[in-house]
Amino acid sequence: MSPFIAIIFIAVAVLFILGIKLMGSPKTARYGNLLAAFGMLIALAATVPLLGSWETSQLLHGWSLNYILMVVGIVIGLIIGAIGAYSVKMTAMPQMVALFNGVGGGAAALVASLEFIKEASTHYEVAHETSAFITGSMLFATLIGSLSFSGSLIAFSKLQGYLEKPHTFPGQNVLNGLVLAVILGLCVYLTGWATTNSTAFIVMFSLALVFGVAMVMPIGGADMPVVISLLNSFTGLAVAADGFTINNISMIVAGTLVGSSGTLLTLLMCKAMNRPVTNVLFGAFGSGGGGGKAGASDLAGKTVKPIQADEAALLLGNAQQVVIVPGYGMAVAQAQHQVRELSDELGKRGVEVRFAIHPVAGRMPGHMNVLLAEANVPYDQLCEMEAINPTMDRVDVCLVIGANDVVNPAAREDKSSPIYGMPIIEADRAKTVIVMKRSMAAGFAGIENLLFYKDNTRMLFGDAKASLQTLITQLKAS
Amino acid sequence: MSTEILVFFIFVLSIFLGFELISKVPSMLHTPLMSGTNAIHGIILLGGMLALADASSRLALALGFIAVVFGSANVFGGFMVTDRMLQMFKKKKK
Repeated sequence: MSPFIAIIFIAVAVLFILGIKLMGSPKTARYGNLLAAFGMLIALAATVPLLGSWETSQLLHGWSLNYILMVVGIVIGLIIGAIGAYSVKMTAMPQMVALFNGVGGGAAALVASLEFIKEASTHYEVAHETSAFITGSMLFATLIGSLSFSGSLIAFSKLQGYLEKPHTFPGQNVLNGLVLAVILGLCVYLTGWATTNSTAFIVMFSLALVFGVAMVMPIGGADMPVVISLLNSFTGLAVAADGFTINNISMIVAGTLVGSSGTLLTLLMCKAMNRPVTNVLFGAFGSGGGGGKAGASDLAGKTVKPIQADEAALLLGNAQQVVIVPGYGMAVAQAQHQVRELSDELGKRGVEVRFAIHPVAGRMPGHMNVLLAEANVPYDQLCEMEAINPTMDRVDVCLVIGANDVVNPAAREDKSSPIYGMPIIEADRAKTVIVMKRSMAAGFAGIENLLFYKDNTRMLFGDAKASLQTLITQLKAS
Repeated sequence: MSTEILVFFIFVLSIFLGFELISKVPSMLHTPLMSGTNAIHGIILLGGMLALADASSRLALALGFIAVVFGSANVFGGFMVTDRMLQMFKKKKK
């Protein structure tokens, strides 16, 4: 690599670093993303002179096919990416990120595989030595990349609702551990003794794909944000390992930045749920553990109190302080615009409206913020959980729209509950709680919600969008 | 000091840099940030291009082609979807 191109790649790394930095503040976030994208374009342009070595001209014919495939491949990817990015609804964003992450992981695994093929085919012709470090990176990239690929596809399917329930069986963790042990054993074997054994490599690759599926299958849909974030950091690390293999600094820096920031993000998300990351990955949470069922039987004698829309409208219209707690249900019903309209209507009547955003509400951190931003809800109305909880006693009406586990008082009261200890929005402390819900089905964690049975709770059943529309009409009429 | 050690040194520094960069991000920006970093690891497209340029067998051509398609979808889709999200954040500032 010429010094000039090397300097360009260093500049690219700087652009990525600045881009991520700027993405950390709402005012500069968009600029930061564009800066990183600009860096990426430069990196792509700077790669062109590095492609192939023109000296070996006897392969020129073959190369022209390579370049045609390259251009066609980039264009196809661009079209797929653009269609995906611009056609996806804001509510389906998490799935989209999972997919893009998955294909990135797949690409990382394939790039490493191609290095392996090259290695295997040149090994006997040229006296050439590959260090264990390089081989190790290559195997790491293959393993992590393919795991991230298959895991992301499962995460995507779960969020799309194809595979919502966690799949578990006895001894699953042991079996997964065994698969992982075999994979690692093969990696050690390939690194130390048989750099060119394709059979071992193919077995390793396939097992890594299987392991990705096996790892994500037992995890419930509610934990998918954590999984996607983790797989995102995995793909980053795989890309960094590929950078080691093909000796490209900007791939190392970019991949590592994603790997470490993704890991931190994953830990932050687990912290918000007050669960260690190991519990999310191996706990098979949401499979209906003993705690959840015990909670349900306690509630056998209790009933919920339904409310009609006109009464709910009256309560809201006469309140001084209203807190709206949005959740995944709002996303599913696409009700964010109605939520905003309701909030505006209440604002006109002098009601103080705030939104309480739980860090893990929805299917991704910040999911609710994105949706409410789409509906033009002003920033200053959005409050974080820590800010809203101390003021909850003074709130007249707390309107819960499609949120469930994040307002479940079991996290505070029921020591046997799987979510015990998770920080929640303390909706039950408001004078009246109105819960908008389609049915009495349990939330994604699969546990009963004690909030629904509280004396100050009223249930407004029905589709969130339709119910909100009725509320708005009633308010306007009164 | 060998090149490998130097490169590894860069790797270790990048780990700490990654932690520092996002430690102070408000939670509402976590989704766009996840999406943005997702786009950045799309730099794997470079690796795909380099590998495809070197491919000399049918198998290598096929795998390289898939890698380029995947990498390209990751990088372009990733940045576009992030921009779309962030655009919405900006719009509502009155």
